[in-house]
Amino acid sequence: MGSGTLVVGGRKIASRLIMGTGGAANLEVLERALVASGTALTTVAMRRVDAATGTGVLDLLRRLDIEVLPNTAGCRTAAEAVLTARLAREALETDLVKLEVVADERTLLPDPVELLDAAEQLVDDGFTVLPYTNDDPVLSRRLEQVGCAAVMPLGSPIGTGLGIRNPHNIEMIVAEAGVPVVLDAGIGTASEAALAMELGCDAVLLATAVTRAADPERMATAMRLAVEAGHAARHAGRIPRRYWARASSPDRDD
Amino acid sequence: MQVWINGAGHELPAGARVAAVLDVLGLPGRGVAVAVDGELVRRADWPMTPLAEGARVEVVTAVQGG
Repeated sequence: MGSGTLVVGGRKIASRLIMGTGGAANLEVLERALVASGTALTTVAMRRVDAATGTGVLDLLRRLDIEVLPNTAGCRTAAEAVLTARLAREALETDLVKLEVVADERTLLPDPVELLDAAEQLVDDGFTVLPYTNDDPVLSRRLEQVGCAAVMPLGSPIGTGLGIRNPHNIEMIVAEAGVPVVLDAGIGTASEAALAMELGCDAVLLATAVTRAADPERMATAMRLAVEAGHAARHAGRIPRRYWARASSPDRDD
Repeated sequence: MQVWINGAGHELPAGARVAAVLDVLGLPGRGVAVAVDGELVRRADWPMTPLAEGARVEVVTAVQGG
């Protein structure tokens, strides 16, 4: 995709760093991190209301003028994910959904069969679907074919900070995709966010790397700069790799 | 009659509507959504939709996550 503004499902998104809100110690820490990240789109989860649940995170995003991206975290089946997406659309008045359908608690890896089923149902129901997917070029293609507005392959499992374990797969996804590719999950530090962009991703989605860093605000700044740097480098046209050295100074005169 | 609201049993008058659940929880309608027995009930339908004995009502909102 292009080098101008990120566009997802017809919406212009002013930052290529999409944030999550999970893991922050409190709302003050989260606010400083979100501001430092420069993000324009940020995820929330849907859970049962109880006495302790406020509307704090929604109020915060509204105040910071950050668009809300509800997710279907915790869903194991297409049916659960579809209901959760519908509840989110009703509660938050947005047709955007980060579709997550994971197979088990240990890996939190997407269940591809349930994911594709849910994606198709939600597209048919008018949602703008951003699926969290495996780093599988074939599944990414299928998700695009059923009408997803983006594909969001993982770098490594959620919360691991293991970076991008299969850069070649990410490159293949980018090479084939006609919708934005968002590297989602696994980022641990800034160089990995930059790598995602250098591989051609259109955006990076991360939460844990910032919210559980010792200094979330500082790490959010690092991630913002890394995403900008990686994006610029991708579109600056890097030099080819060479086997042997090539002098960068003129030959000596003697 | 008894209904289950977010997993907890509550006594509601027979014929209570979905809107009554928000009153029980002391919630404003903003920022929440309701499912009854696994189906979304749109906000506009809360005042008209009756609850049956034993209905399983889920009331959700956005929290930090993802």
